[in-house]
Amino acid sequence: MSVANRPERPLSPHLQVYRLPMLAILSILHRATGIALSVGGLYLATWVMYAASNPRAYALFQSFNVSIVGRIVLGGWLFSAFFHLFNGIRHLFWDAGYGFEIKDAERSGWIVVAAALVATAASWAVGLRLM
Amino acid sequence: MSDTRTPLSRARGLGSAKEGVHHWWMQRVTAIALIPLVVWFAISLVMLSGADYAVARAWIGSPLVMVLLTLTIVVGLYHGQLGLQVVWEDYTDGALRVFMILFTKFVAVLFGLGAVLAIMRIGFGG
Repeated sequence: MSVANRPERPLSPHLQVYRLPMLAILSILHRATGIALSVGGLYLATWVMYAASNPRAYALFQSFNVSIVGRIVLGGWLFSAFFHLFNGIRHLFWDAGYGFEIKDAERSGWIVVAAALVATAASWAVGLRLM
Repeated sequence: MSDTRTPLSRARGLGSAKEGVHHWWMQRVTAIALIPLVVWFAISLVMLSGADYAVARAWIGSPLVMVLLTLTIVVGLYHGQLGLQVVWEDYTDGALRVFMILFTKFVAVLFGLGAVLAIMRIGFGG
């Protein structure tokens, strides 16, 4: 096939001039929260190990957790967990062959975002009340 | 049935539907297992945030929590290293890729084993 007769194909979009679709953003967010949760899993393991050590070491570790920065990290962990959880369920539906139409994928995406935000807000509200 | 694979490929056991499918499948199996575990743990975390030494140990050492917390950490770290392996496969190659994947798996085992032993130490009194 000569160059002139080549069928028109879409050009690869350039990141700087291309507004990422919502579906792409959610896909990136799934990976980002997954990485964050992996680090969070190591942190959880560390917490358990500190609890198995002496009270002074545990108190030192907990003093970071109850600080403002620690609270923000905890809140971020909760959002990551809820988002990755709900979006993971969305992925399992895809694996089973459901919800592949773009319209369906966008709708389930918004449901995941809304559910993650509500669950995060609810756990923050309960957590602050218990403080 | 005809088999297009070479005898050498068969002998090496490097045909399809082994490592790759196992990785994909275990990622799904652990994902399903983590649905109830993460919900349970997220609720516990909110309830326990800022718990002092005695409260934390009493919680970790209770029989049901020992089981669920061990599962959450072990299955969670296993699921996490499967995911991170794919991240390294996507963004690195060559020796760096091999190193980072092995490093990720070693760290996961190190922290997982540490957490399991810590939970047992608290639960069984040490």
